[in-house]
Amino acid sequence: MASKRESNFVNMVVTLFIVSAVAAFALGGVYTITKEPIALARKAKLESAIKAVVPDFDHLSTKVVPVAEGGDSLFLYVASKDDQVVGTAIKTYTMKGFSGKIELMVGFLDDGTIENTAVLLHKETPGLGDKMDQRKSDFSLQFIGKNPENFKLKVKKDGGDVDAITAATISSRAFCDAVQRAYDVFEKEGGAK
Amino acid sequence: MSQLTNFTKGFIKENPVFVLLLGMCPTLGVTTSAINGLGMGLATTFVLVMSNLVVSLVRNFIPDKVRIPSFIVIIASFVTIVELVMQAYLPELFESLGLFIPLIVVNCIVLGRAEAFASKNTPVSSLLDGLGMGLGFAFALTLLGGVRELLGSSAIFGIDLVKGDLMLVFILAPGAFIVLGYLIAIINKLNKAH
Repeated sequence: MASKRESNFVNMVVTLFIVSAVAAFALGGVYTITKEPIALARKAKLESAIKAVVPDFDHLSTKVVPVAEGGDSLFLYVASKDDQVVGTAIKTYTMKGFSGKIELMVGFLDDGTIENTAVLLHKETPGLGDKMDQRKSDFSLQFIGKNPENFKLKVKKDGGDVDAITAATISSRAFCDAVQRAYDVFEKEGGAK
Repeated sequence: MSQLTNFTKGFIKENPVFVLLLGMCPTLGVTTSAINGLGMGLATTFVLVMSNLVVSLVRNFIPDKVRIPSFIVIIASFVTIVELVMQAYLPELFESLGLFIPLIVVNCIVLGRAEAFASKNTPVSSLLDGLGMGLGFAFALTLLGGVRELLGSSAIFGIDLVKGDLMLVFILAPGAFIVLGYLIAIINKLNKAH
């Protein structure tokens, strides 16, 4: 075995420089290669979520609505078919989840009726709060076809109309909060006439 | 030590999770299902193999005093590569493992093997050591995830055996400790019997 290089100043600086430079080039290369697939995967996910929550459409226009209280902006995707608006998908969020942020896509018909919802991101407890996902339980199906105008977006415990997930009231509340936020923006933007 | 034992020791005798008790953070965090455990295990295996190989190749070139920072840069690079590639081609899996992928950097197993083994052995032995340790880690995580998934949500690899949930506690954090404890006890018993 060849003897190790001596730990003198020049050797150390040169070694660290070379190691970092090689690492930087390797990462730059991988980043360039994967940049496009990552963007595509994100876009595909967003689009499939929009498709899931609004009726068939052939054109999509995006609107960004800033939220006053210093939170993130909400994104509005107005879906239209043959120049006729068929629905609006709103990417909404709440910070009230059991483990932080939850992002939802909520689709409204023109009169404000909820067409469907889809969960984009959550960190809720597996087996409890994650039942907000349609693949896990029927919880979110109860929102379909309801109009927040006469359907109170609160769990029954808080005097609303929503059946909470058993043992996951906080997650259910958060879900309602996100949908409510989407509806507020929808109304503000003159969606519901 | 023959090359074969370099490879096989990671499974039972020196299994990183059950015997060396290294890398407990991802072990307890991601193993809510068998598939998560397997994904995390294989990602770590890749990082281990590559970092072991590279560390072993450059071991004589790196002065002793800066070996730890150099190892960390090498390991972090591979972790970032895994993260980017996973995000690009396996977005679903990336979502469920999310936070834990960057944490492979601080996984003691990876730096531990680089320092304790790869920096003193030939590239071939180091590669086999990394592969064995990585697969041992993946095996442990899959087993842990499988048991927790089976007891907690009565499913295996996402396929429901019985409708509904069984004992939710096994999916939650305390369940991870309980299952890990029993598995370690069983493995210890097996190791003693040999």
